[in-house]
Amino acid sequence: MSDFTPLPRSPSPDRRGFLKKVVASAAIATSAGCRQALEEFMKKSLREMSRAEVKDVLQKHEAEYKAKFGREVEVFATPAREGVLFGYGLDLSRCNGNRKCVTACVKENNQSRGSDDAPHNNPIQWIRVLEMEKDKGISFEHANPYYNPKEVPEEGKFYLPVQCQQCENPPCVKVCPVGATWAERDGIVVIDYDWCIGCRCCMSACPYGARSFNWAEPNLPSDQVNPNTHVLGNRPRPRGVVEKCTFCIQRTRAGRYPACLEACPTGARKFGNLLDPNSEIRRLLEEKRVFVLKEELNTRPKFFYFYG
Amino acid sequence: MRFDRAFLRFTAGSAKLVARGSSYYYGWIGLLAIFIVLGAVAYARQVDEGLIVTALRDPVSWGFYIGNFTFLVGVAAAAVVLVIPAYIYHWKPIKELVILGELLAVAVLAMCMLFVLVDVGRPDRLTHILPLLGSLNVPSSLLAWDVLVLNIYFLLNLGVVTYLLVSLFRGRSPNPYIFMPLVMFSIPMAVTIHSVTAFVYNGLPGRPFWNASLLAPKFLASAFCSGPAIMLILLQILRKTANLDIKMEAIWKIAELMAYAMFLNLFFLVAEVFKEVYSDTHHLQHMRYLFFGLEGKTALVGWAWTSVAASVAAFFLFLIPATRKNLVTLNVGCVLIFIGVYIEKSIGLVVPGFTPSVLGEIYEYDPTMNEFLVGLGIFGVGALLFTLMSRVAINVANGTFRLTQEAPRADVDVPA
Repeated sequence: MSDFTPLPRSPSPDRRGFLKKVVASAAIATSAGCRQALEEFMKKSLREMSRAEVKDVLQKHEAEYKAKFGREVEVFATPAREGVLFGYGLDLSRCNGNRKCVTACVKENNQSRGSDDAPHNNPIQWIRVLEMEKDKGISFEHANPYYNPKEVPEEGKFYLPVQCQQCENPPCVKVCPVGATWAERDGIVVIDYDWCIGCRCCMSACPYGARSFNWAEPNLPSDQVNPNTHVLGNRPRPRGVVEKCTFCIQRTRAGRYPACLEACPTGARKFGNLLDPNSEIRRLLEEKRVFVLKEELNTRPKFFYFYG
Repeated sequence: MRFDRAFLRFTAGSAKLVARGSSYYYGWIGLLAIFIVLGAVAYARQVDEGLIVTALRDPVSWGFYIGNFTFLVGVAAAAVVLVIPAYIYHWKPIKELVILGELLAVAVLAMCMLFVLVDVGRPDRLTHILPLLGSLNVPSSLLAWDVLVLNIYFLLNLGVVTYLLVSLFRGRSPNPYIFMPLVMFSIPMAVTIHSVTAFVYNGLPGRPFWNASLLAPKFLASAFCSGPAIMLILLQILRKTANLDIKMEAIWKIAELMAYAMFLNLFFLVAEVFKEVYSDTHHLQHMRYLFFGLEGKTALVGWAWTSVAASVAAFFLFLIPATRKNLVTLNVGCVLIFIGVYIEKSIGLVVPGFTPSVLGEIYEYDPTMNEFLVGLGIFGVGALLFTLMSRVAINVANGTFRLTQEAPRADVDVPA
């Protein structure tokens, strides 16, 4: 995928549409219980749906979350805006490893919380901050994601936050056997949580460890739900599917900054529209010397690191 | 009688045939039933609680299940490829060899599909990955291709073997113009299924342990050891219990060919080890974890050396004519090859690819009892399928299971 295709292709909808019609007409006489199973069977991926069908899906999810969490949760499907391609910048000389970004991300994006008393503890974090040794430079071999000192930064250490790099040539998208993950026009790589079969090929393919799997039922307490959600982003996830950072699609498509950026006390995080010559991110690319992680893999990230 | 009506009679007769048997037969079926029940209970628990009941986590996201899948695809491929030497050396019981090879392929492929089924997080959405019904992401996804070729290979073998058996059951010679092209087609397909399975791993540049061009050739070489090892043991069992008429020369020849395949497999291993050790880049980490452990984490070390030792020992047992022709050492060799290749292609292939993870984390994967039980159940299903199918097949092949008892025995006409 060398460039960004507008709402990506759907694999021969006609042939499948026909098959599904055949199956549907054959099953008209089925009971209500069967009908529900059939509905699941006939479902299309979000990419193939019409506007009206997407609207139905959003309403269905809103009702589902209301029943589950006992409160209103809004699910939007805000599309990518014309002329927008998101890019992220991270200043390694400012980052001090405080991990406020991680906490803010978990809160904003409704990730499964870890808890000591939960029998199946499956906390999910989309940002990993790696502690590295100054005299070794950027070396994943010597990285430690579980650092826990009294105070950061520690002597002789520096910190490298890693999250989805929103690659222009994403290896995860290529390997998905059912097309449940794709790059949107604004460059955000998204997952259809209702289409993902949980095979985890994308996790094997991602060179940045950016994808997480819901090994257990997500642990999201009702009072901690962020009710402002996007269908391809932070809406509460089901068990058994993969999830990842979406540059806070629910915020950034509404013209706001990602939560990690707002939470960063050191100002290490920059974000903006790569297609706007006056944006902060473009100024950064102009004035600083940036690099990307694992550039030899030709993933072409839109997540740029620099030393400010 | 028409083919379809004969087929119905064949099905009904088969059901009766597999329901009768000696007490050993019942004992064996009972044992497999226990395995299957244990596996089903363990899988029910997994469905209830999620894949959290496995030892898999984000850093090591494939393990025991996908490892078994990979190993078994090799077995399914190699079982059928034995047809080639059977033709070259004009082995007498070629009909039986073709039928048994294809039955083994069918049973093992059923296991492969089950191992994929238990590995996915959303088995309820499996229609998404089926050709026509779902949205198979071809040509870009190798796993989508793998699903496609495995389905074709499964249907091909099932079709051919059903046609052969029903024809013989009707007392007719199977039409070689129908089944020979299909058998011939199944040979490149066998190579294809294993290559594509290798490419699923091979095409991931972020995982240097798999991203080596030798992976697919190595897969094939090791499959041509493990598949025939299982066939050799089965042939001997059936020779004793079912009066299968197979010459010892054929068995020795298979063992000799396995020695060559094992030589290639070991040579490929040496080539990979040399490249990594001499280059000494950070890619060496994965191999180092496999054979020596990293940061005191050594879960795979014992397995890795067991695999190498078993493979090397089996190579010599099969290379030396005296030990190859001795039934005891021959069977010891088969077991050693099975152990060697099983470790190498399952845990020994999957886990080091993930360890250390892409961000340098070392998570030590150690499969849970629940994973083992699910696997045991799947092996139970495979063994049961093969037992029942081969019971029918052998009775058809030696003429005791026929549509009309008076009909003269027909041999398969095989073009030389």
